[in-house]
Amino acid sequence: MGANETGIIGQSVKRKEDARFLTGAGQYTDDVTLQNQTHAYFLRSPHAHAKIRAIDTSKARAAPGVIAVYTGADLEGVNGLPCGWLITSVDGTPMNEPPHPVLAKGKVRYVGDHVAMVVAETRSQAKDAAELIEVDYDVLPAVVNPVDALKPGAPQIHDEAPGNRCYTWSLGDKAAVDAAFAKAAHVTRLDLVNNRLIPNAIEPRAAVASYNRAEDAYTLYVTSQNPHVERLLMTAFVLGLPEHKVRVIAPDVGGGFGSKIYLYAEETAMVWASKRVNRPIKWAAERSESFVSDAHGRDHVTHAELALDKDGKFLAMRVQTTAAMGAYLSTFASCIPTILYATLLAGQYTTPAIHCEVTAAFTNTAPVDAYRGAGRPEATYVVERIVREAGVETGIAQDEIRRRNFIRSFPYQTPVALMYDIGDYDQTLAGATELADVKGFAARKAEAAKRGKLRGLGYASYIEACGLAPSNVAGALGARAGLFEAGQVRVHPTGSVTVFTGSHSHGQGHETTFAQIVAGRLGIPVDNVDIVHGDTGRVLFGMGTYGSRSLAVGGTAIVKALDKVVAKGKKIAAHLLEAAEADIEFEDGKFTVAGTDRSKTFAEIALTAYVPHNYPLDKLEPGLDETAFYDPTNFTYPAGTHICEVEVDPDTGVVQVVNFSACDDFGNIINPMIVEGQVHGGLAQGIGQALLENCVYDADSGQLLTGSYMDYAMPRADDLPSFKVTTRVTPCTHNPLGAKGCGEAGAIGSPAALMNAVLDALAPLGVRHLDMPASPHRVWQAIQSAKAAA
Amino acid sequence: MYEVEYQQARSVADAATLLAKTGGKALAGGQSLIAAMKLRLAQPGTLVDLSGIAELQGIRREGDAIVIGAMTRHADIASSAEVKRAVPALAALAEGIGDRQVRNMGTIGGSIANNDPAADWPAALVALGATVVTGKRRIVAGDFFKGMYETALADDEIITAVSFPVPKKAAYAKFPNPASRFALVGVFVAQLPDGSVRVAVTGAAPAVFRASGIEAALARSFTAEAARAVAVDASRLNADLHASAAYRAHLVSVMASRAVAACG
Repeated sequence: MGANETGIIGQSVKRKEDARFLTGAGQYTDDVTLQNQTHAYFLRSPHAHAKIRAIDTSKARAAPGVIAVYTGADLEGVNGLPCGWLITSVDGTPMNEPPHPVLAKGKVRYVGDHVAMVVAETRSQAKDAAELIEVDYDVLPAVVNPVDALKPGAPQIHDEAPGNRCYTWSLGDKAAVDAAFAKAAHVTRLDLVNNRLIPNAIEPRAAVASYNRAEDAYTLYVTSQNPHVERLLMTAFVLGLPEHKVRVIAPDVGGGFGSKIYLYAEETAMVWASKRVNRPIKWAAERSESFVSDAHGRDHVTHAELALDKDGKFLAMRVQTTAAMGAYLSTFASCIPTILYATLLAGQYTTPAIHCEVTAAFTNTAPVDAYRGAGRPEATYVVERIVREAGVETGIAQDEIRRRNFIRSFPYQTPVALMYDIGDYDQTLAGATELADVKGFAARKAEAAKRGKLRGLGYASYIEACGLAPSNVAGALGARAGLFEAGQVRVHPTGSVTVFTGSHSHGQGHETTFAQIVAGRLGIPVDNVDIVHGDTGRVLFGMGTYGSRSLAVGGTAIVKALDKVVAKGKKIAAHLLEAAEADIEFEDGKFTVAGTDRSKTFAEIALTAYVPHNYPLDKLEPGLDETAFYDPTNFTYPAGTHICEVEVDPDTGVVQVVNFSACDDFGNIINPMIVEGQVHGGLAQGIGQALLENCVYDADSGQLLTGSYMDYAMPRADDLPSFKVTTRVTPCTHNPLGAKGCGEAGAIGSPAALMNAVLDALAPLGVRHLDMPASPHRVWQAIQSAKAAA
Repeated sequence: MYEVEYQQARSVADAATLLAKTGGKALAGGQSLIAAMKLRLAQPGTLVDLSGIAELQGIRREGDAIVIGAMTRHADIASSAEVKRAVPALAALAEGIGDRQVRNMGTIGGSIANNDPAADWPAALVALGATVVTGKRRIVAGDFFKGMYETALADDEIITAVSFPVPKKAAYAKFPNPASRFALVGVFVAQLPDGSVRVAVTGAAPAVFRASGIEAALARSFTAEAARAVAVDASRLNADLHASAAYRAHLVSVMASRAVAACG
């Protein structure tokens, strides 16, 4: 299908879903109220690391309204939560996978770890009763920093992971890298911390679990980005329930950013308990619980080196990263700092040799897993920070050093396993340069200087691998799941269409974008198409939404199903028009005999399929309802350049983002307005990481110090400039939409662009290095240190 | 939130009686207390709501002073023509408190009774030499704020109004905490009718305090440069995730100089 087959593709159609969201008519998990419903509350560990000597729940059980109190000891026969990706260490051993109990058994390992579940008639009663549970803790020393966790003598968190090591993994040709460094004209070295983040979706996690005794079946409403995966993991790996007896519904979901991909303890315990109490159970996290118990993001400590020849061409890169896993392995934790990180270290450049070694460490903190971008922002941050540094050290301008090293011949095999299918990095760099008015920067800088302010410009030319991805490749790399997507196009007798997709929309606008694809292909109004997602009882299967995969993979599955609808429609039309099937053309909603004016509308064909009076019943089934599964042959590679301009107040250290320009290549675009919205959101999160957000645990006690918005700084509207965004298009070569994905790009490119801008602004004061976030205090301290050193 | 009894007081005397009888807490705008109760950090048995007491409302000019009723909301102070005319710095300060929701509910009396170390109002009261009026007595601001979350108020004593002498010049400069947007450092500078200069600092220490070094410098020369040149002693200042004591000390001078500049 050509992307511009009909007018609706590429149009900024207003979002179909917004009518319900803007009028408060969305149906979120916490809006679900079932008859005879009870409420759960989870008692969480107040300690980062402690042995549980004893738990006395007798007072809680006797408290008003309490139906049941469960601890780890009650969950006999319930397995631990699984990790979906096996990483194999350099020495050939599989990663250490300590048990991840649904409720703590014998030990708690982070502040917020699940100790007990109280089920009561009301939320307040459950919470009141939880305060009556007496837990006898033997508090142990804690370690919260991944580098510290790997040091000899660090507190041992799991018996199954000696030295707190999960794995040491590597990618790339170490010998080739060493050889390239040996002949380098210049080597740039950099130490970086990628700060830990708390996802903060606007809707806290929630679940409603119920059990139907008559059917011996369960229904779980849950805030999930991938309900089928949730069901598969929960039934097959943890609870041992028949998959067909569990229906998982992820209704409207208020943001995920990765944090709602995973199978969490709460909903698992609730499904298990719903049969025991034989009543529905509801739980909704308070914001404070989200802070301590949602899987966090990032948390890397990295040393990187870049070797250059005398002309500024990159010869090799060497990267060593220590990545925190948190206290337990969350669902996809292990693959984020490996498969989704090291593979992106080529960036947009022809660096011929790259070697990356990653050591993953357990820490006494909440688990760490994918957060918008997931590994790719971390990779981009390393590459783009060290490229800036190399440019500064060699005296080559920031745009020029990038241009000298851009990949220009496609397909391109990187030294870190990926095969880029297509891109045009000169084009996106030029687009961003124009948008950012780089030419006028010197004048703006001089004007700012008159006001005592420092201006800086920062570049980040990022690449990401999206549309996760061929199942066989992922399987070879350790994935324990497939990565295809499923779609079903159900044409109703009157010609309107319901699409069932395995993707899940929690803010991305799929209900509109996917409807545009269908409307465009079938030549019907967009209002005649509804998209159904997020219900294992209605959607055949699905891998869900993450990794900017929904359009490229989920959208393509729909296209494949549409192809089948059209193919069957042609057969029906050929019969009705008494023509050969090969002579039937389908365009603008009409099946036409080629070269004639004899045609049937799509609606006529649909009606015929369901009222098959004049129909080739001997050769063709009635009905028009087609299903397709699509497994991509490669990742997609969105790329672009972000340019950030900041103004620093040297008196206070305040960094103001005065301009932010993004020129992105997402391949073909279905709905430009939705894409722009996705870019804006991503930029806000990336700028949030670079300027404001920072998750801090106390190094001694392991307490979360940034456990509320009093201390965890989220970006607000007035922290952000009015973004300038534009796109360039090189269509993806291996999916019929030519689409690459746009959901994460903003968060991937922007942190490096912002930090490079701050360093550029501070360069005249002698500041050489700064870690995120560039908070006023940190910037001021860096200025003071530079002054002291001068 | 734990279960709590709710009582609505009809007068200041009624409120004092209810507080003495129940041992409960007075509820003003609830912007700190209700949040603390929701987090189960505060557990009053009874809330005595002051919002229905007419005598606690309103802003009026009394001679050389602006008198603001204790239950006046921040938003009403921010938009008061009377305040803007007499002490524009007070209106500007009120406009910078919290967010719109907080300003529409929170009150000046509730804020000073709570005496959060990062609240804005204490700096204004101390710098302007305001008087806190209660159901029992009048307390000068310098004696009212005792320490972190501590005031001179007795348990059943209710603030009825705050009286601000109208200064010659005044301005408030706040450096917000990037997360909470409370004052990391807030400096209120006032030149009083007798020509004396007062500089009160919030956010930087366990409680509001007067920056005497800056006051002396400004008494000699009421200029931004004079304030900026004073090195503030960091030894008694707060240090936390967001700012070291040295950074706060530095910001006190910077914010003081900006406040002086804003005095015009």
